[in-house]
Amino acid sequence: MSRQSLAKAHQKIQELSWEPQYHEPYMKYGTDYTFRKAAKKDPLKQVLRSYFPMQEEKDHRVYGAQDGAIRGNMFRQVQERWLEWQKLFLSIIPLPEISAARSMPMLFHAVPNPELHNGQAIQMIDEVRHSTIQQNLKRLYMNNYIDPAGFNNTLRGFHGDYCGTIGRQFAEGFITGDAITAASIYLTIVAETAFTNTLFVAMPAEAAANGDYLLPTVFHSVQSDESRHISNGYATLLMALSDEDNRQLLERDLRYAWWNNHRVVDAAIGTFIEYGTKDRRKDRESYAEMWRRWIYDDYYRAYLIPLEKYGLVVPHDLVEESWKQIWEKGYVHEVAQFFATGWLANYWRIDSMTDEDFEWFEYKYPGWYDKYGKWWENYNRLALPNGHNPIVFEDVDYVYPHRCWTCMVPCLVREDMVMQEVDGQWRTYCHEVCRWTDAEAFRPVYQGRETPNMGKLVGHREWETLYHGWNWADVVSDMGFVRDDGKTMTAQPHLNLDPSKMWTLDHLRRCPPLQSPNVLLNEMTDEERAAFVDDYHRQGPAGRPAPKADAR
Amino acid sequence: MTTTERPERSVPKPVFTDAEAGAREFPDSGPSARRYNYFKPAKRKQTHYEDVTVEVQPDPRHYLSQGWIYGFADGSAGYPLNWTKLKAWGVDDPEPQRGIGSGGLPKDFSWPAHGWHEFRDPNEEWEMTFYRYNANVVRQINQNVENARQAKAFDQWTENWKRFVERNVGAWMHIEHIIGLYVFAACNRSGPTNMHNTAMAVNSMHKIRFAQDLALYNLTLSEEIEGFDGAAHIAAWDSDAEWQGARALTEALTAVEDDWGESVFATNVVFEPLIGELFRSNLVMQSAAPNGDFVTPTVFGAGEYDYAQRDLRWTIACFAPLTEDREFADHNKQLMQSWLAKWVPQALDAARKMQPLWSQPDAKPPRFEDSLDKAKNRFAGICTDLGLTPPEELKQ
Repeated sequence: MSRQSLAKAHQKIQELSWEPQYHEPYMKYGTDYTFRKAAKKDPLKQVLRSYFPMQEEKDHRVYGAQDGAIRGNMFRQVQERWLEWQKLFLSIIPLPEISAARSMPMLFHAVPNPELHNGQAIQMIDEVRHSTIQQNLKRLYMNNYIDPAGFNNTLRGFHGDYCGTIGRQFAEGFITGDAITAASIYLTIVAETAFTNTLFVAMPAEAAANGDYLLPTVFHSVQSDESRHISNGYATLLMALSDEDNRQLLERDLRYAWWNNHRVVDAAIGTFIEYGTKDRRKDRESYAEMWRRWIYDDYYRAYLIPLEKYGLVVPHDLVEESWKQIWEKGYVHEVAQFFATGWLANYWRIDSMTDEDFEWFEYKYPGWYDKYGKWWENYNRLALPNGHNPIVFEDVDYVYPHRCWTCMVPCLVREDMVMQEVDGQWRTYCHEVCRWTDAEAFRPVYQGRETPNMGKLVGHREWETLYHGWNWADVVSDMGFVRDDGKTMTAQPHLNLDPSKMWTLDHLRRCPPLQSPNVLLNEMTDEERAAFVDDYHRQGPAGRPAPKADAR
Repeated sequence: MTTTERPERSVPKPVFTDAEAGAREFPDSGPSARRYNYFKPAKRKQTHYEDVTVEVQPDPRHYLSQGWIYGFADGSAGYPLNWTKLKAWGVDDPEPQRGIGSGGLPKDFSWPAHGWHEFRDPNEEWEMTFYRYNANVVRQINQNVENARQAKAFDQWTENWKRFVERNVGAWMHIEHIIGLYVFAACNRSGPTNMHNTAMAVNSMHKIRFAQDLALYNLTLSEEIEGFDGAAHIAAWDSDAEWQGARALTEALTAVEDDWGESVFATNVVFEPLIGELFRSNLVMQSAAPNGDFVTPTVFGAGEYDYAQRDLRWTIACFAPLTEDREFADHNKQLMQSWLAKWVPQALDAARKMQPLWSQPDAKPPRFEDSLDKAKNRFAGICTDLGLTPPEELKQ
């Protein structure tokens, strides 16, 4: 920056604000929100003259660290258990980042405050940075980590895999539907302000504990941008709050965004942190402890609750319910167990848990072993191919779950599952809030109010539908999750790279065909469906079948 | 001195895992497995730019088996190909139909599934490149302006030139800002591939940065030149007759109805050579030195380089193949010719309204008609590069 002070420079660039005289810009993206009062100032106060050199300097540090990591043979100390999960995470995250860049012009159209557009444009550039710097990090892993499979087909894997589809909510949700719902409430108010703490701060810390200091290098650099984006969201939120007509929509969107972020981010990041680590020091924070600190205290109590005095209806019940899901209902453990159950459908290897892991889980989550220990022992027993099938086909007291139509994570807390016929189709939901999201919130009328700009949930939301009736070997081939010998699977339920210990398509060929739970649900009679729901509610924890009727 | 014993710190213990490339042999352990294998590079070897850009934005015609999962109220989702009237081969082919038991389709597509995916930004822009480039530009501008300030270079300016800079050089910042934010940034949500949208985002950065460069230059001049009116550019932009044609045209560029292709085309193919370079290169850059100003051309030169060497380059790479498209060449040519017929008269009208600016400096620049001819020639060359015919309206 030259001798001009930043504040003075920022004040000067406000002279660029534009009030159209001859033509109004084409308004491509709509919103049901109204902004008639209380223009806010640009909270970023960033000018490009200082921004570009600052970002370049941050880049120098990132690329310098990457160079150092390679020369220092970092990968001799990286835990494979950890890096394997990065094949999933780093396949997902560049899309949410670039989607955030794409969402900014939606706000140009929806928020009639030229001063805020400066901050939104800076955010757009930041997000292009994040997406490409993350693609680059993954490229480095592919080149230097022992097993490149899963990194080398990363985006093909992401686009065809059910986990990738779950992750895509954290991207398409930013760019589609009502511009404020998407680009402001879902993206900046909830995703960036609350959940990037676990994504970009807590998780990289765990990476470092597993010998990988490049993930923290890149993601902490990213997070230093995110903190600025939070200001963008806050300014827009205050503008929205100043118009009372918006409050009903804010309440709706905060409930949807909070719950969806909890379902998606906690599922993924919780699994990476708890089941992807080898660091079992008793005094290292569990995901639940991190969540309590980063999300409950720092976001909910310090950020959301103070907004109540401005008229924001805070979803206290959903915050508490999310905590209950994590702490009492084992949400993260149920998800990790499901990922491991379905290891064969993915493009990374999932390590089994050891006695040291069991001890840590029991210490952090008392009662864990009674629920999940036996199943993980079975996972370990069935890890190497030895005449048996993958665990999903073996009798290990696990009922393959139905998927939630809304968040697409399976309905794992079985007692919470809700079923409803929506748009002529029977759908299952993991929780009442997900049912509400599909059946009530994402509709053109909400509580009697016209909401013509609200988006809708579309697509083939149950992955299994596409492969209903297929042999598993053909499923995996079709998705391209096969190594360069043409038969060894990319995914493995262990970390042993001895080719004789690795699962191949031949092992899958003999397995029963894939069945879509949703297709089967819609083929049932009403009586069968009622019985199905009753049985489902009595299943679990850890996916256990419902007790027999006489054992009730 | 006493030593205080501290409890042992709890830290993760490094473990030797030997998880580096080449440590073991197994399927996919070889060097050939260490490249992104899900796209076909434009040239023999895939570039770093392609690795960090291609396929990040999914496509149901490629691997996106479950399709887009969020839609707008009208049911459109993702990045609809009809958000421009331009067409690349394959776009009218039916979308893959997926459903119960269909599998992930399309299994055997011939890459790419439509011609839009062939576009690569010849500038190969991603975060590392655009931060280095723009950081260098702002450093250079800072140094130039700071050097001029210390050398009291502004003292040499004629009075008329001071007025010219405060009003007209100042007015230009608004054009760059509007185009940056409300054309290029606005369109970065609309393009059919990540390569298009990233190129548009980078183009928008150049524009927004240049607008701010001019605003901050204006601020320096207000501080350094006695009587320099730092707000005069607003009055000029709002009401000077010379600027109202350019302003109306700039605003019209933001008002293009739902067609990112037309927005970008009208801006970079028509507006930039006929108005942008006309003013920047053929007036300001030519007039400054004879009026005692060696500083303004260095600031404007950065904007000229942005357009001439980078933004125009990606624009040609984006649009030229469409006029030779194996399926829609005629459609695209006709469409682009119609855009030329629509926008060129507006640009020429705006240019002529600017003519009095050529008379304002004491030391006169080349004649307006000569400047305009130069701009027209430049524009005609761009048309030729695109496989288009310069429109009849150019003779006006």
